[in-house]
Amino acid sequence: MTSDSVSDRPLISIDLALPTDLDTVTPASAANRPGTGTAATRRLGTLVAVMLTALAAFGLVFSAEDVVQGSTVRIMYVHVPTIWVAYMAFLVTAVCSGAYLSRRNRSLAWDRVAGASAEVGVLFVAISLVTGSLWGRLTWGTYWVWDARLTTTLFLFITYVGYLAVRRLGGTQRQRARRSAVLALLAVLEIPLVHFSVELWRSLHQEASVANPNARVELDGLMLFSLFLGVVTFTLFYVWLVLHRQRVLALEDTVADRGLDEAIRDRRNEAVG
Amino acid sequence: MDHAGFILLSWVLTFAATGAYARFVVRRGRDLAARATREEMPWT
Repeated sequence: MTSDSVSDRPLISIDLALPTDLDTVTPASAANRPGTGTAATRRLGTLVAVMLTALAAFGLVFSAEDVVQGSTVRIMYVHVPTIWVAYMAFLVTAVCSGAYLSRRNRSLAWDRVAGASAEVGVLFVAISLVTGSLWGRLTWGTYWVWDARLTTTLFLFITYVGYLAVRRLGGTQRQRARRSAVLALLAVLEIPLVHFSVELWRSLHQEASVANPNARVELDGLMLFSLFLGVVTFTLFYVWLVLHRQRVLALEDTVADRGLDEAIRDRRNEAVG
Repeated sequence: MDHAGFILLSWVLTFAATGAYARFVVRRGRDLAARATREEMPWT
């Protein structure tokens, strides 16, 4: 078998017994197979669904309108948390990539978590770009301006789409892991550029308000709560998605390895025959 | 609520995109799990 051992255990594995005996499951009942889920991820998924419902209630109904922005502030309850999660996702990708490159025992599990986290990050930064664009149309009168924050965020998005494309290039799994890890460590340097772009350049986009001690922003209690709830909810959603996605990547590697094994065996049989 | 269309569109897009991705991941996992043994799924 290749050195990309299929026995590399996923980095994140919550070890809980499942009620189903997989050995007795037939292909016809594949829909009932647990797949990448465990009792813990099911509980986490249920919690996320409840929190998303609560977020919609607080963000759209219970929280007050902003004195300046009016009701458009309600877009912030999804826009801000999604970009926060995207930053975090890309940082996790960089940390896991660094761990893969630095550890003597290079487990592909690090690479899979890095890839899963980057994919989820790309999704969330795309959502943040779109929701920000809708907010910009209402507030600035245009969907898009080549402002420093918007442009650097778009560049961040394109960079990580490129990272995902690099992961799909040919080669062994270890080649994939090595080159994508190097790229991830370079790409993460864009995050401070995006974050501080509003201070480095004249920008239409406002500076940080809630997390900025120098900002004189007073938020109504329910508005702050809705924002905080959004951050926590989408962070937990991110964790749930990465847990599942890195297991899917492990299964994809397993199936790819097995396909390679079968191809080699067939070729040998042909040679012998 | 002023601008309800834009606001609801933002929320619907967010929920739809994340929901569709979650559905894709879970389905892909189930499909691949059907081709794997229990030993190949150490989280089970």
